[in-house]
Amino acid sequence: MLEYVIAKYNYWVYVILMMIGLYAMMGKRNLVKKLIGMNIFQTSIILFYVSIGVKKGGATVPILEGHGHGGHQAVDVATILNPLPHVLMLTAIVVSIATTGVALAALILIYRRYGTLEEDEIIAARRAAAAPKAKDQAS
Amino acid sequence: MIWQLDIVLLVFIVICAVAAITVRDLLSAVIILGAYSFFMCLLWTEMGAVDVAFTEASVGAGIGTVLFIAAIARTARRSKD
Repeated sequence: MLEYVIAKYNYWVYVILMMIGLYAMMGKRNLVKKLIGMNIFQTSIILFYVSIGVKKGGATVPILEGHGHGGHQAVDVATILNPLPHVLMLTAIVVSIATTGVALAALILIYRRYGTLEEDEIIAARRAAAAPKAKDQAS
Repeated sequence: MIWQLDIVLLVFIVICAVAAITVRDLLSAVIILGAYSFFMCLLWTEMGAVDVAFTEASVGAGIGTVLFIAAIARTARRSKD
């Protein structure tokens, strides 16, 4: 049991990083801190996928030599890493930088409107703006 | 895959992640996030995912840090938590 736990240390660190990112997204009040937490969360998932592709016993990068010229040789699968998770995660990195860019643009607009990036101050400003209207409707 | 190097890099990654969300100065937090991305990219090179590693080094650590710094230059630098 203990060997099983220790042998999977990459997955344990992935879970720890995921929880750090989740805490930053839920527990921090500053919006930039929430965005940093989202980045940590995304990279932790990429770490999980890359860890899936690793093989023990001297498997290396999948660069095949001697293919395409003079016939095909059979590939020994045990000598190369699994490249499928790597290719999936290339897309995930580009998507993560796109979401970060859109989120930062929205954040600049929020700062221009409310003058702050703290979540509680923004909520207080919104409540203060909505309160006179509610009073008018009640009377 | 060398497991000693792997464990050292993983420890640095966790330290950088915790530091990035606890530092109150947002510019420092973003720079620490860039260091986190570079450690992550070293880890992936060491695990054999070279294509993911250089995409992360250029796109994640490079462009991401530049976007964050540009946004912080237009907004507030101090954070309350």
